[in-house]
Amino acid sequence: MDSVVGPCPLCVHSRSFVAEPPDHPSAPALELRGIDKRFGAVHANRAVALTVAAGSIHGLIGENGAGKSTLMNIVYGFHRPDAGEIRVRGRRVEIHSPQDAIRAGIGMVHQHFMLVENFTVLENIVLGVEGGRRLRAGLARARTELAALARDYGLEVPLDTVVSELPVGLQQRVEILKALHRGAEILILDEPTAVLTPQEADALFAMLGRLRAQGKSVILVTHKLREIMAATDRVTVMRQGAVVGEVATRASSPRELAGMMVGRAVLLEVDKAPAAPGAPLLDVRRLEVRDRFGVARVKDVSFALRAGEIVGVAGVAGNGQSELLEALAGIRAPSAGEIRLGGRDLVRERLGPRERRALGLAHVPEDRLRMGVVAAFSAEANAILGYHDRACYNRGVLMDRAAIAEDCGRKMAAFDVRPPDPRLRLGSFSGGNQQKLVLAREIDADPSVLLVGQPTRGVDIGAIEFIHRKLVALRDAGKALLVVSVELDEILGLADRILVMHAGEIVGELARADATEKTLGLMMAGVKGEGHA
Amino acid sequence: METGTLIVLTLAATIRVATPLLLAALAGLFSERSGVIDLGLEGKMLGAAFAAAAVSAVTGSAWLGLGAGIATAVALAALLAFACVTHRGNQVVAAMAVNFIVAGLGPTLGLAWFSLGGQTPQLDQPGQRFLGIVWPWAERARELPLPGLAYAELISGHSLIVYLAAALVPASAWVLYRTRFGLRLRAVGENPAAVDTAGISVDGLRWQAMLVSGVLCGVAGTFLSTAASSGFVRDMTAGKGYLALAALIFGKWKPWPTLGACLLFAFTDALAARLQGVALPLVGVVPVQAILALPYVLTVLLLAGFVGRAVAPRAIGVPYAKEK
Amino acid sequence: MSAPAKLPRWADYTLLPVAGLLAALLFSGLVVKLVGESPWAALRLFAAGAFGSQESIGYTLYYATSYVFTGLAVAVAYQAGLFNIGAEGQAYIGGLGSGLVCLGLGGWPFYVVLPLAVAAGAVFGAAWAFVPGWLQAKRGSHVVITTIMFNFVAAAAMTYLLVNVLIEPGQQSPETREFAAGATMPAMSALLAKVGIVFADTPLNLAFVLALAAAAGVWVFVWRTRWGFALRVAGGNPAAAVYAGIRPSRVTIGAMLLSGALAGCLGLNELMGAQHRILIDFPGGAGFVGIAVALMGRNHPLGIVLAAVLFGALTQGGSQLSFDMPKINRDMVVVIQGLVILFCGALDGAFRAPLARLLGRKGGGG
Repeated sequence: MDSVVGPCPLCVHSRSFVAEPPDHPSAPALELRGIDKRFGAVHANRAVALTVAAGSIHGLIGENGAGKSTLMNIVYGFHRPDAGEIRVRGRRVEIHSPQDAIRAGIGMVHQHFMLVENFTVLENIVLGVEGGRRLRAGLARARTELAALARDYGLEVPLDTVVSELPVGLQQRVEILKALHRGAEILILDEPTAVLTPQEADALFAMLGRLRAQGKSVILVTHKLREIMAATDRVTVMRQGAVVGEVATRASSPRELAGMMVGRAVLLEVDKAPAAPGAPLLDVRRLEVRDRFGVARVKDVSFALRAGEIVGVAGVAGNGQSELLEALAGIRAPSAGEIRLGGRDLVRERLGPRERRALGLAHVPEDRLRMGVVAAFSAEANAILGYHDRACYNRGVLMDRAAIAEDCGRKMAAFDVRPPDPRLRLGSFSGGNQQKLVLAREIDADPSVLLVGQPTRGVDIGAIEFIHRKLVALRDAGKALLVVSVELDEILGLADRILVMHAGEIVGELARADATEKTLGLMMAGVKGEGHA
Repeated sequence: METGTLIVLTLAATIRVATPLLLAALAGLFSERSGVIDLGLEGKMLGAAFAAAAVSAVTGSAWLGLGAGIATAVALAALLAFACVTHRGNQVVAAMAVNFIVAGLGPTLGLAWFSLGGQTPQLDQPGQRFLGIVWPWAERARELPLPGLAYAELISGHSLIVYLAAALVPASAWVLYRTRFGLRLRAVGENPAAVDTAGISVDGLRWQAMLVSGVLCGVAGTFLSTAASSGFVRDMTAGKGYLALAALIFGKWKPWPTLGACLLFAFTDALAARLQGVALPLVGVVPVQAILALPYVLTVLLLAGFVGRAVAPRAIGVPYAKEK
Repeated sequence: MSAPAKLPRWADYTLLPVAGLLAALLFSGLVVKLVGESPWAALRLFAAGAFGSQESIGYTLYYATSYVFTGLAVAVAYQAGLFNIGAEGQAYIGGLGSGLVCLGLGGWPFYVVLPLAVAAGAVFGAAWAFVPGWLQAKRGSHVVITTIMFNFVAAAAMTYLLVNVLIEPGQQSPETREFAAGATMPAMSALLAKVGIVFADTPLNLAFVLALAAAAGVWVFVWRTRWGFALRVAGGNPAAAVYAGIRPSRVTIGAMLLSGALAGCLGLNELMGAQHRILIDFPGGAGFVGIAVALMGRNHPLGIVLAAVLFGALTQGGSQLSFDMPKINRDMVVVIQGLVILFCGALDGAFRAPLARLLGRKGGGG
């Protein structure tokens, strides 16, 4: 099984590596034995054993914090394990850096792309394997090799386009080409479909199948059960740093896998009574939002949010949902359209977030660390963020510390935030607890309309259930909710009515009963469906 | 003096004034493109100026002085790299600290070693300074009308370092855009994580960039004390390091536009020297302090108007910490 | 490289600055050695010069007063996420303001002149900080560069004014005439004498009390009011500030105004309190020392006061040192200040790991 790549300095090394006959002809592509890793008090990997057969697609699934990212970072050389060994094709290897990993034939495509935005595709691919001190010759050689690769795996990408101008799906291809160009035999993909539509994801899986046919091995790291079922041959489940099971995918089911992930039976559906929507509380008409380059990110969007209803906005990230949320929350000014709340036009009156909160509009942002909290501040400070001007927290000129502390304690108890210490720095809380505190803050303000972006991003399964229940309870109390999520499962579980956004427009509006993954997936990809608003 | 001559002489002065600015700006180009804010240009230049003048005075050789100047600036650059790259310290603070230390250390050592109140001895022997190099027939060309004068003043007669600085502009462009080092350097200033995952050491690249910056600042400082002047005087850089940074920003971190910016700043300076005490139509005599302040005001205007939202290397100023 | 070592909060606030200080002193000693003098002798002279007598203490606190003002200025801006390098220029222009009041209101009683001088100093200082603040807020111009530029412009402007406009006729040195008696700060020795305490005659004056009051005021404002809360949020996470309805541009400008106002009060100590006239370069680097003071004091008023006293001691001790040791001049003090900034402000990362290990061992291996 010779490497398909042509001569390039790095590949010369991996060529010699590959050309030697392995100790066992059918040795697994990658084998991890007893990998152990601690970060201070956190036991991230506990004696992990993993075997990836050659020419297969192997899934690695687990919740956030289960240890799968740490494990892959060890395989790729970002961390050194405290104990254990790594074997590639039966031969033990020491991996102390990404360079070692690359030399061992391991390539990694990260969730957040590692691309230099203003370089061309070619420059990004050759970075690190330029083939000599002067660029010209090396670039020319790389071009020829990449043409061959593109042919073999169906990975055509325009080499001279600047990366920032490429759509996300093509950027991912660049990442994969990068790994293959360096002679990767084992490809690790970390949450690859986070930025793809279901159809694009299928195309990715088809390409992985082609890789497998050529004898490459793929490790698919994900938390999405659907992908595991669709694309993998075998799957390893991790929980709290240890491997809790390894099965052949065909022999298992989503329920079984979820159960292994969590350690107990998991309710995959949100239990809720049917909705009884009332009067419209938020009315959006012909909203248009442009970014700082003048490009319209939200185009002619109109919808209404009614009391006692959860409206879900589905769509692949980057299709205008973030801009829509920001415009509704008052963080970004729309270029056209109206937003009516409580009889007032928020756009025309230029009301900012503070005024909107006063009118009963609350907002849980998509990225809490970036926007929703100040990680360096205490929990109690974060618990009043956005509401710090209110009379209940202030006595005259000074802030009322006792009231603030007591308020935080109350919120923490109501939303089961652990540890219940108002003075603790927020950055020390887990993702799920941070999110619960943010929710507590926004819901405690008793809004009539709640905007929620990615409610359970980076949150463990136990907290997910809790948050979903809270949102449904809010709906039952007669509030209007807008939930934006890239997780189709979440939308299908929570929403009473679903809007699908693509390229800034609402391309479909469905009642939950009429929505299936397939129809939603088509809309998310831009195929206009029924009920186009 | 007729206008033509005036212009030529002013341009010649411009070239002389622009040289240390250009060298410092190119130094900043390398470090900033790698993602490190380089406010230490001032201190590195000043340190080099002191070392060059001191060594030249003691040994009688300007070349040894140049070596000392470069060594000093490189040492300071290494100190900054140690603090900011290896230990992820605040780049602004570290640079300001080094600037203070050098500002104080120069006169302190100068006083202790030479007892001249902080200065170094005058460089009056031949060979102690980088004097102008006269090109063939320059003296004769001077007699001729304008082009001859231009040859004599603009092209001929500059110190070696001036010619070196000019050559460094295309050299920098070549390194930055046509070599492996340049590609990696630009990458690490935009997305250090990408460089890291490609198996290249981010810290290593930034160290290299800082050291290159040190070398160039060393030449700049040496020029100040051994070519433009004949010795070290306290605070002789007088903010040139910050002006160079402004020129770099104005030049959008690219070699040739940076050259343009340096020439522009230097021209203002040279023009100001010419206009000192001269009554202009409309404004009258411009006070000397206004002339002195002009480059700084101009920089602020540039930063406010033209450069306001210029695109710096994306990762600049942020110490690189690997994500878990 | 793994995640940086974490120190418990108290160690971060006390041990780390002390470690940095010791390192700075060590290297300063090396420089003294290099210059040909004995580091130990220098240290002894230094300590005696700073704290050895009532007079030394008076001088130390007098220097510290200026540093408190500039340190507070830098800290307030820093809390808002801004690096104000322009305290020097803001102090210079602020002193012009309070100085003009003192010159203009010659015959008026002190209790009228004082509040007006304070207000003028603050307003002038704030005005000098306004443009860089506005440029950062509205145009994205880096406040570090603009404030440095403004320092140079301030120096040029003040030189012009003092040489050409404000100079006392017939005088050689560029300075104004002396302030009238009612327009000067009462010296501490005089004030203490009124309550029966004998204190040496030094430039230490009422401005010291004002500085302490300013420190207390800053503490209350930044940590106990909602505007201070908004300021810290904007500095801690600008995106979160927008989310919370706080306008970062307003905070930027407001913080710079406050910062400039604090720096502008330096003239109350230097001019109204000590020199009793406006003269060239009276801030004398205090704006830059303020940066060191703010960093060492961890941008907290209590730490700033302590750090300011430390730097006052450095200045006074260094001044004494340069009298007694001919090979050391006042520039040595600048070197020490630079070393302190380096070790406390930039190299603190280098101390964290060893200190964490030291503490870890003591704590029983956590």
